[in-house]
Order: sequence, then structure tokens, then C-alpha cells
Amino acid sequence: MSDLIEVRQILTQVEDIYHEGGPVAEKPLVRGAVAAVLKNPYAGRYEPDILPMMEALNPVGLEMAERLVKAMGVTPDDIESYGKGSIVGSAGELEHGALWHVPGGYAMRELLGWKGDRAAYKQGQSSGPKGLEGGRALSIVPSSKKVGAPGTRLDVPLTHVTASYIRGHFDAMEVWVPGAPAADEIVFVLVMATGGRIHQRVGGLTPEQISKFDGLR
Amino acid sequence: MAAKIRKLVVLVDETRIEMGKTIEPPTRRAVAMAVIENPFAGRYEQNLDALMAIGEELGGLLGEKCVQALGITPSQAESYGKAAIVGEAGELEHAAAILHPKLGAPLRKAVEKGAALVPSSKKMGTVGTAIDVPLGHKDAAYVRTHFDAVEARVSDAPRANEIVVAVAVTDSGRPLPRVGGLTKHDIKGEDGLR
Repeated sequence: MSDLIEVRQILTQVEDIYHEGGPVAEKPLVRGAVAAVLKNPYAGRYEPDILPMMEALNPVGLEMAERLVKAMGVTPDDIESYGKGSIVGSAGELEHGALWHVPGGYAMRELLGWKGDRAAYKQGQSSGPKGLEGGRALSIVPSSKKVGAPGTRLDVPLTHVTASYIRGHFDAMEVWVPGAPAADEIVFVLVMATGGRIHQRVGGLTPEQISKFDGLR
Repeated sequence: MAAKIRKLVVLVDETRIEMGKTIEPPTRRAVAMAVIENPFAGRYEQNLDALMAIGEELGGLLGEKCVQALGITPSQAESYGKAAIVGEAGELEHAAAILHPKLGAPLRKAVEKGAALVPSSKKMGTVGTAIDVPLGHKDAAYVRTHFDAVEARVSDAPRANEIVVAVAVTDSGRPLPRVGGLTKHDIKGEDGLR
């Protein structure tokens, strides 16, 4: 593993949601988060070229995604929505959190059997072929980021993996690691869920209606 | 039914120096928040149409407040986001009803165009709970320099029967973008993605 990567702690959190004051679901909604606490190699100074760490984070992301699905007690096929985020310790800068955009998204898409062009995805040029031949993880992975003290909470957005506009799957999960990030650390987060909100009833596009396979509808 | 608004809070976060480097012009993020009464607090209500109408009202109001606070023209807005915190006598779905069906159209009118999805977050909370409002470029969701988030919080809300609704608008991306990817200069802005 690259010397830019030093993982101090990994935390997983899984929620089984049976109801929220309404009808009890036949199958509980499972929402999970995995947070990895890493040393920030760029803490305390302005480093112009931070892209090497983005590359080095790829295997970290994959390992986190695999660990999360396992913790949730489901298979990748059960995952219906995803999101990602980062919390940068106070000796770092917001841009360090942006390093998670490619490796975080790529990790979960890869796990869900995405068949796009990785090189193009890294350049931000294309998310791969349209249609189901590209796999079902076609949506952009929604994200949030902030600079924060140890114990800072981050709301990580969740959207449907195939079509961002599936209204019943818009959600978010609050994630934090007690004691992290220290000033010279970054917390990188992935979240996944097995379905939409437990009492979703505000209409809009449903998974059955996905027709364009362009990542949106 | 019109929203019963207890208070409005608007803030502008302007970054002039990041990691010791001067940001010229400064990057600016505005957040406008409305604290409203939750008409369905304390019970399970199947039909959420009233909250959808409130969302439509607040999309325009809060979007305009942001643009006004930034002192820009609507076309100068670059990224946006939305979020809601539901007080403990409500349910998460109340946030969804405000945010998703009808809030987007008037917000897009307030910032002009808006081909891209408005990124969002939601949660249950109590007095003083903060929420991270995700931000994405308003016309092309894959613009990497504009992926961001801003924290929204009202110190005395939401009380149990209230909902805090937040809309965020910026006139810029992150202060020191250097992780590659799509920039605002390279977008077509038609399909909402690139």
C-alpha cells in the first residue's frame, strides 16, 4: 500500500428500520455506513499536487465497500442506493476531502458490477456506456464534505444507484466517528441502503419506470 | 395551505483565505432557512399534499433570499442544494414531501436554468440540529470543482412540531479546486450531467 495511506480506524454502522410511525414493513430497510479514519499526508501546509493520494485511495475504497455490504448482511445485488462523504480535520483543507470523489464513487460502482471506462471516469469525462449493458450503477454518487473537529457529524446524501431521480430513494444518513478526525486526519465515508425511505409516499419516478438508463431517469 | 413560517435565517459564508492562500474573488455560499410548523406533527397522515405545496412556496422564497444575499443576478448562481430537518413529532417522509415534488421548479426560476438535479439531504432532529446541505453545479452534475456542502443550522429549531427547510446557492465552486475532472468551462449544460 502507498505510503500516502495510513488507516487508523474503520467504523461500520448499520440500521435496520422497521417503521417510523406508519405501517410496519415486511422487510426492514437496511442502511449502512462505513467510515475510515486516515492520516492526512497534506495536513498543515498547502500542497499543490494532491492527485497522487486520489489514486492511492482506490484500494481503500474497494475494501470499505466490501466491508460495508458484509456488515449490512446483504449482497451487492441488494443495494439500491448509495452516497459518499468526507470530513477533513482542522489542519487540512476542504479540497483534501474532494480527493474522495473518484475513488469513493468508483469503489461502490465497481462492487455493484459497473462496466464503465475507469480511465474516462477518473477524468470526469464519462460515466460509461448508457443502458444496462453498463451495469446497474449508472447514477452519479451524491456526496457531501466539510472540515470538522473530532466527533463532527456529516449528513451523507443517498440516491438510487440506477436513476438519480427515483423520488422514493432520496435520503441521507448521519455519520460520525467518535474521536475523529484529529487535526491531521480525514474521515472518508461510504453509505448504502437496500431500499427507499420506509414510508415513501410522495410520488415521482419509481424504479419500475426507469426507461432512459442515462443515470437520471 | 401557506407555510406557517416562524422565522427565516439567511447566512453567507465567504472564504477569503484557504490554507494560507488568498482567494480572489472570494468563494461564497449562501444558505436560507425557514422554520415552519409541521401540519402533520404527532400523527401518521397518508396524504402529504399540503407539505408539497409548502415546498413549492419555499423553493421560490428561499432561492430568492440566497440570490439576494449574494448580491448577484440569478444567472450568476453556480451551484445549489436543499435539505430539511424534521422535529421529533414528525417523520422523515415529511421532509421528502417538502423537498422533492415541487420545491425544484421555483428554485430553478430563482437561479435561472438549473438543468441538473438539486442535491439534497434530510434527517430527523431537535433544537439546534445541524444538517449538511450538499452542493452541485446547477447545470451539470458532474462538474467536480463544485461538489461541496454547507452546514445549515437554526439555534432554536426545529422544535418537536417544526421543520427547518434549507436552500443553499453559491456563486462559485470550492476555493482551491485541484482534483481534476470536469470544470464549468467545459460543460454543455443540457442533459443536467455534463
